[in-house]
Amino acid sequence: MSISTTARALDLLQRAANSDLYHSFRSSKMVMVAAFVSFIMIVGAAFSPILAPHNTLDLASISLIDSLAPPVWMEDGDSRFLLGTDDQGRDMLSAIMHGARVSLFVGFASVIFAMVLGVSLGLISGYAGGFLDAFIMRAAEIQLSFPAILIALLIDGIFRGALDPKTHDELAVYVMILAIGLSFWVQYARTVRSSTLVEKSKEYVEAARVTGLPPFLIVFRHILPNVTGPLLVIATINLALAIITEATLSFLGVGVPPTEPSLGTLIRVGNDFLFSGEWWITIFPGIALAVLVLAVNLLGDWLRDALNPKLR
Amino acid sequence: MIGFIFKRFFQSFIVMFLVALLAFTMFNFLGDPVNQMVGIDTTAADREALRERLGLNDPLMVQFGRFVSNAFQFEFGQSYQHKRAVSGLILDRLPATLELSFIAAIFTLVVGVPMGVYTGLHRDSLLSKIFMTISLVGVSLPTFLIGILLIFVFSVQLQWLPSFGRGEVVDFGFWSTGLLTASGWKAVIMPAVTLGLFQMTLIMRLVRSEMLEVLRSDYIKFARARGLANRSINFGHALKNTLVPVITIAGLQLGSLIAFAIITETVFQWPGMGLMFLQAIQVVDIPIMAAYLMLIAFFFVMINMIVDLLYYVVDPRLRVDSSN
Repeated sequence: MSISTTARALDLLQRAANSDLYHSFRSSKMVMVAAFVSFIMIVGAAFSPILAPHNTLDLASISLIDSLAPPVWMEDGDSRFLLGTDDQGRDMLSAIMHGARVSLFVGFASVIFAMVLGVSLGLISGYAGGFLDAFIMRAAEIQLSFPAILIALLIDGIFRGALDPKTHDELAVYVMILAIGLSFWVQYARTVRSSTLVEKSKEYVEAARVTGLPPFLIVFRHILPNVTGPLLVIATINLALAIITEATLSFLGVGVPPTEPSLGTLIRVGNDFLFSGEWWITIFPGIALAVLVLAVNLLGDWLRDALNPKLR
Repeated sequence: MIGFIFKRFFQSFIVMFLVALLAFTMFNFLGDPVNQMVGIDTTAADREALRERLGLNDPLMVQFGRFVSNAFQFEFGQSYQHKRAVSGLILDRLPATLELSFIAAIFTLVVGVPMGVYTGLHRDSLLSKIFMTISLVGVSLPTFLIGILLIFVFSVQLQWLPSFGRGEVVDFGFWSTGLLTASGWKAVIMPAVTLGLFQMTLIMRLVRSEMLEVLRSDYIKFARARGLANRSINFGHALKNTLVPVITIAGLQLGSLIAFAIITETVFQWPGMGLMFLQAIQVVDIPIMAAYLMLIAFFFVMINMIVDLLYYVVDPRLRVDSSN
């Protein structure tokens, strides 16, 4: 029993090692670096409560005496704070790790939300056709003609008006996820709809229909697994966009509040110190954000090319 | 053709109607407008009088009709925060935003198209690779971060350019321009570059891929066989044929520039509409939000419609398709 399991695992590993995807991964140094950097940043962010040298969210552990210390390699640098501290005496490296955690959480969650919404609407639109299809696709078209950031801003504005400020601050992360998710669903819906239209007329769907399966089950159990191909690529590229959108909204002051700062909030807060010479408070979170987005973008570009049979 | 135009008009009309409905809903259901306009010590009777005067007791349909007809006359009521007519506030701010977007659009085309042509013609040269790397960075860096980095380098370190404001402006009554003074031009450089960089990389990549495609086509091969000069082939034949999609995208991006100006204006404290909209969101100043929403939607709808119609005029294949 256990031998066959090991053999199966080995076989799977063997097949993965021989796959086109792995081969194209190994052949590009840039992609390997991007994957490595993304991996490090995601792990560092996800486990920041354990890995971060200081807990910046615990008010008792920070001290104003340590405030505005420059990075270690500069004069007056403090060896406890690798990347310096902000005006409250918080360690920048830890703040960046915690911030990246919030940014990545919002990024992943909003991409998943957008994907679930977009895929469902795309499936319904493609399978049902008729009025429902026309309605959903018209809505998608209208939304596509406005930039995502504008739609996210608007949704945030509506929530700000509907909730009182305190509740809004508490729910800010979820409002962000909702706002960003709602502004990115269109691409999934359009992609899934067009593949659903192709799948719909195939024999297996007809067979399922003949056996009297309800439409809901046909769509989600039979068609869905056959239209998920291109979604991974869209999701990766969207992840970068979602992280940028979240950071931008937080920078504009309508995103995640300073009590639970994301990378964008850190940059916003640090921006006030740019002119008084404490550049590290803004520039380091900025670099972290740029590197994260660039790495994810590179991975997305590579996935798109590697999974596209036309380019092989 | 007539049918196409009609359909397009109808679609634009529907979009504007939906946006108006959204703006109206926001105006009526997010917070109480009366509470926002009066002080705490106003009596209930006074509040009721104001409510009656503003027509908030009328049926919703009547209120919506009034909202739309007011919007047609560019009338959006009083800002809660500024205690002034929103239309006046927007007219004050409009020139700054339009000027910034216009300069950014020119920067986008003047730099993006030549870069695209060059990288298309000399695919493997070192300079092309540098351009492509820059474009990747331009796509990956968020707009606000580019702005901050520019401020850090050119305002804080080198102290060459101002980090905020429009510089000296010349006022013509209905239009204030910063483009007639040296300080105005100095102030517009960084915001315009920040705003245009993303669009520039988009245009560059588009021109490049279109050039690569066109250069492979038969008529270019034929032009080479005829012995025409490279210059005339590249610019007279190839570039000309890449311009149709470029015009479309550039046109569509003009709307995005006006919308993305929100971010740039915040970074550089540029006194435009976007900055006002953002401040309005933070204090939930609904009339400004509603007015800005309507105005931006109007810009987008107009630009989309004009671009669609232009496309129809410029590309004869579309006309053939629709007549079949």
